[in-house]
Amino acid sequence: MNDFKYIRSENLGESIDVLYKENRSKLIAGGTNLMDLMKYRVENPEQIIDITRLSLHDIYRRDDGGLRLGALATNADTAYNSEVEQQYPILAKAILSGASAQLRNAATNGGNLMQRTRCYYFYDTATPCNKREPGSGCSALKGFNRIHAILGTSEHCIATHPSDMCVALSALDATVNVQGTDGERTIPILDFHRLPGDTPEMDTNLKSDEIITSIDLPEKGFHTNYAYVKVRDRPSYAFALVSVAAALDLNGDTINDVRVALGGVAHKPWRKPESEESFKGKPATEENFGKLADHILEGATGFGTNDFKIKLARKTIVRALREAKEL
Amino acid sequence: METEMDTVYIGKPVNRVDGIKKVTGAATYSGEFKPEGLVHGYVVSSSIANGKITAIDTSKAKNLKGVLEVFTHENLPEALKSNVDYSDPLAPPGKPFRPLYNDTILYNGQPIALVVAESFEIARHASDLVEVTYQVDECSTDIKKNKAKATRDNVEAPPDDRGDAEKAYKSADFKLDVEYSQPRHFHNPMEPHVSIAIWDKDEEAFTIYDKVQGVNSSQTYICGIFSLEKEKVRILSPFVGGGFGSGLRPQYQLFLAALAAKSLNRPVKVALTRRQMFSFGHRPACFQQMKLGANKNGKLASIQHTAFGETSKFEYYNEDVVNWSGLMYHCENVKLDYQLIPVNMHTPLDMRAPGGTTGMFALECGMDELAIEADIDPLEFRLINYADKDQNEDKPFSSKELKKCYQKAAESFGWDKRNSKPRSQKKGNTLIGYGMATGCWEAFQQKSAAKAVLTDDGFLTVSSSTADIGTGTYTVMTQIAATTMGISMHQVSFELGDTSMPEAPMEGGSWTVSSVGSAVKVVCIQLQEQLFDLAKKVHPEIFKNLAHKDVTFNDGKISNKSGESVSFSEVLKEAKKEKLETENTLEPEEEQEKHSCYTHSCVMVEVHVDEDLGMITVPRVTSAIAGGKIINPKTAENQILGAIAWGIGMALEEEGMIDDHNGRIMNANLAEYHMAVHADVQNLEVFFVEEHDDIVNPLGAKGLGEIGMVGVASAISNAVYNATGVRVRDLPITLDKVLTY
Ligand SMILES: Cc1cc2nc3c(=O)[nH]c(=O)nc-3n(C[C@H](O)[C@H](O)[C@H](O)COP(=O)(O)OP(=O)(O)OC[C@H]3O[C@@H](n4cnc5c(N)ncnc54)[C@H](O)[C@@H]3O)c2cc1C
Ligand code: SF4
Repeated sequence: MNDFKYIRSENLGESIDVLYKENRSKLIAGGTNLMDLMKYRVENPEQIIDITRLSLHDIYRRDDGGLRLGALATNADTAYNSEVEQQYPILAKAILSGASAQLRNAATNGGNLMQRTRCYYFYDTATPCNKREPGSGCSALKGFNRIHAILGTSEHCIATHPSDMCVALSALDATVNVQGTDGERTIPILDFHRLPGDTPEMDTNLKSDEIITSIDLPEKGFHTNYAYVKVRDRPSYAFALVSVAAALDLNGDTINDVRVALGGVAHKPWRKPESEESFKGKPATEENFGKLADHILEGATGFGTNDFKIKLARKTIVRALREAKEL
Repeated sequence: METEMDTVYIGKPVNRVDGIKKVTGAATYSGEFKPEGLVHGYVVSSSIANGKITAIDTSKAKNLKGVLEVFTHENLPEALKSNVDYSDPLAPPGKPFRPLYNDTILYNGQPIALVVAESFEIARHASDLVEVTYQVDECSTDIKKNKAKATRDNVEAPPDDRGDAEKAYKSADFKLDVEYSQPRHFHNPMEPHVSIAIWDKDEEAFTIYDKVQGVNSSQTYICGIFSLEKEKVRILSPFVGGGFGSGLRPQYQLFLAALAAKSLNRPVKVALTRRQMFSFGHRPACFQQMKLGANKNGKLASIQHTAFGETSKFEYYNEDVVNWSGLMYHCENVKLDYQLIPVNMHTPLDMRAPGGTTGMFALECGMDELAIEADIDPLEFRLINYADKDQNEDKPFSSKELKKCYQKAAESFGWDKRNSKPRSQKKGNTLIGYGMATGCWEAFQQKSAAKAVLTDDGFLTVSSSTADIGTGTYTVMTQIAATTMGISMHQVSFELGDTSMPEAPMEGGSWTVSSVGSAVKVVCIQLQEQLFDLAKKVHPEIFKNLAHKDVTFNDGKISNKSGESVSFSEVLKEAKKEKLETENTLEPEEEQEKHSCYTHSCVMVEVHVDEDLGMITVPRVTSAIAGGKIINPKTAENQILGAIAWGIGMALEEEGMIDDHNGRIMNANLAEYHMAVHADVQNLEVFFVEEHDDIVNPLGAKGLGEIGMVGVASAISNAVYNATGVRVRDLPITLDKVLTY
């Protein structure tokens, strides 16, 4: 761990100011990811700005019927919030399938969006990694890549985004509110995270002087027909190999609306709205679920030890849609 | 009527005597002592697996305020360079690793420097400022790729061939010829390894708190390296936060702490990080060829078992992997072979049921496969081939109630409900499978010494240099001493983990209860005799013409047959003795040598496999154990439950992922090195069957630290086959391996 300065910020404007002016500053919220990365010397900020005193903890209903989740609300408080439980059970379920109770008590919503990949090589400074050290190479391509991506990869990086929460947020079409020196803006969740391309060092489209203030959920919560299925190597305290958030709006057996978001398969939560679109108005049958899965997974490629994820993802999508339908 | 207190504790589920201390934080572990002036060491580890350090620049680190010194191979004291005795009692053949000895890198993660600073944080920061340049040579860590280098040099030869196994195999009616493999497993006790070394310059003596499974071995190690007499090295280890074998050999933090403490004349603490906990000793990777033949009547005709185990390039780590195949079942034609493959890794180290878990994994899966081949129920198949004597050694067993284990487990588990056809039990998406295996482990007794001191307040203190690695040694020894002496447990204190106490063996091999426990029993009997002699002198009217066997020791009193008694304390006081003290060293008896002593078990499991998603869970495990006399059913069950959890991890999750390109372990943390968590462990059922054994040791107890794990992985693997029809021979059985699409 390097020597760093610690600032406890009392107001948002000031935090943004410091972020803007002082290079190599990092925000710290729950610290459950940043502290590990600092101990492993993957992140070496010169100063850390503790934002936990900012008033971004609240979860409240907006006038448009949606819900606002404060960036500093913890994952646990979000999952056990009664409005979330009732209106957005898919989000509650996704959050509770992640990490451990202790971690969820500390982890914040903003931090969850910003958490970095769990690629083994990214965490180990003794190995080449383009995400950590651009241009050094990607060790995972020929190394342990069983947990790596099958969609949207590049020759520079095949890492995945590890979050469960973000998969549900993607299915719900959430938006992320951020504030920087240029003021406030809102980023749709699907545009928040990036694909690796030739800049794998950039996980998200958040600018270096911006802070996430909250996450907005639209009114429609799919609380009657939803599922979150997480496939992992042990029944708790493991990241997803493949996870699927599926939501259905049914009219009898006909699909009015369908959402399918995947975790553990790409550098960002994976969703293909155009595939979903083409199944609206069709019957909610096992066969159509399979076809939709094929659509979504078009172009999926493995790197050896993660080849199994392609077929597994298909099965998981079908399972999640079936569960959502039968709920 | 006066009610007598019952001082018979053996066989009762007594609570841990150190339980309160542990949950309140009053139990002081080795890393928690705070000698005055304590400074902190942080280890710098190599990032390559093979080659040389061409330059190591410590100037930046040394310039940091608060840094006292950086130790490297360049400034190792001459006296240590010329010394070659870095061995420890458990060192396998070869040359033990010598930390900071020279510029050679033998494995990735090797300690190459120690930064010592006033605080842990400064030391850690400074460790990042040490700049190392390497000459990188090619490395290889994959044992299968290196099969051509397999050797029998320095390998303890397995039992001799019997019969003609290949010929019998050829003419057998049912055959199996398959390969099983398993990756490296790491112990990962909760408490990382740590040593605090204090050097007394005037006395030229060390006092060291060390996390270790036996203080005497650390003493031998430090005495050898620093050329000191035993009196000059005192090692203490009062509490150990789990060992599982990782503390069976002194580790490098001990040497580094001692080196720094002596050089700087300050107490030095060196604790390893979690990543560094993956940089020494592990259960070796292994692949095994199992060739079995059986005849129409279900009798085994031939067993051929060859195992290839991993070792380092500098030591030949041995374990008994194949011996079990000559022992478990009756068979006239057996051929066993064990070879080692040296790779660019640190030396493996015993880990819970070393060799046994590995070899029995292959044998018990093989038995299942062959039973299915022969269309015989796997339990029936084992009964048909039951071994009534040890054919490896041609000796009878001291006791073997394995049949009772089979019966008890089958009854309680409901083995008769198993459908032998794979994929025949299904609920929704869940495939249900049953599997079983036999378990076996050695019932060792080792030379052990103990001392008993009775003071005139009637308080008994018994001591031995043994360890309590969480197994309950404090509790069990207190029970044995109190029961033998006939005194309340509250009047007994058992002390351990100090080289100034009578010497005990390492706590490992499940031998502590049988060895130290027997020594405790015998020393207490000796104490009784002395006390009785004294009692006869002071109270001839009560004990006239009586011998030791004619009186009883209970409730802190010696009584004659008519109920006249005198308390221990009165005897001492009246004899004007402050205390009575006696010591004893116990060795296994000859009768034991004439027998084979083993613990046995039967494990039955139910697994659920999600047909589409492959996820495997183990909702039910039944384990029936024949482990001789059970001293404390509570701590005993505790051991078995923990061991089953280990077995589940071994079967489904555990794998040290070493990247062959650089020999680095890529999942050196508790998030990515998966082992069983609470959600993996569901309904576990443990039974101890009656087993009487007068031969194994004076207590008749066999030790239970390891047996609970043996067979679990095979039973799970066999159940997965029963559920899915997929035979996974390569551990861990991760979900991708059972997907059939
Ligand atoms: C062992 C382990 C297992 C885990 N398992 C899972 C799992 O199964 N599923 C899962 O989804 N997650 C899992 N997690 C990840 C966990 O959810 C994240 O670590 C957590 O959500 C991060 O939140 P935090 O508040 O602690 O972030 P911090 O560690 O404080 O910060 C993380 C990053 O976010 C940035 N940041 C924080 N707040 C803001 C903000 N308001 N605006 C802009 N940037 C910000 C920080 O600068 C930093 O770069 C696991 C973590 C661990 C350690
Ligand atoms: S996959 Fe990405 S994060 Fe992993 S080693 Fe390659 S570049 Fe680094």
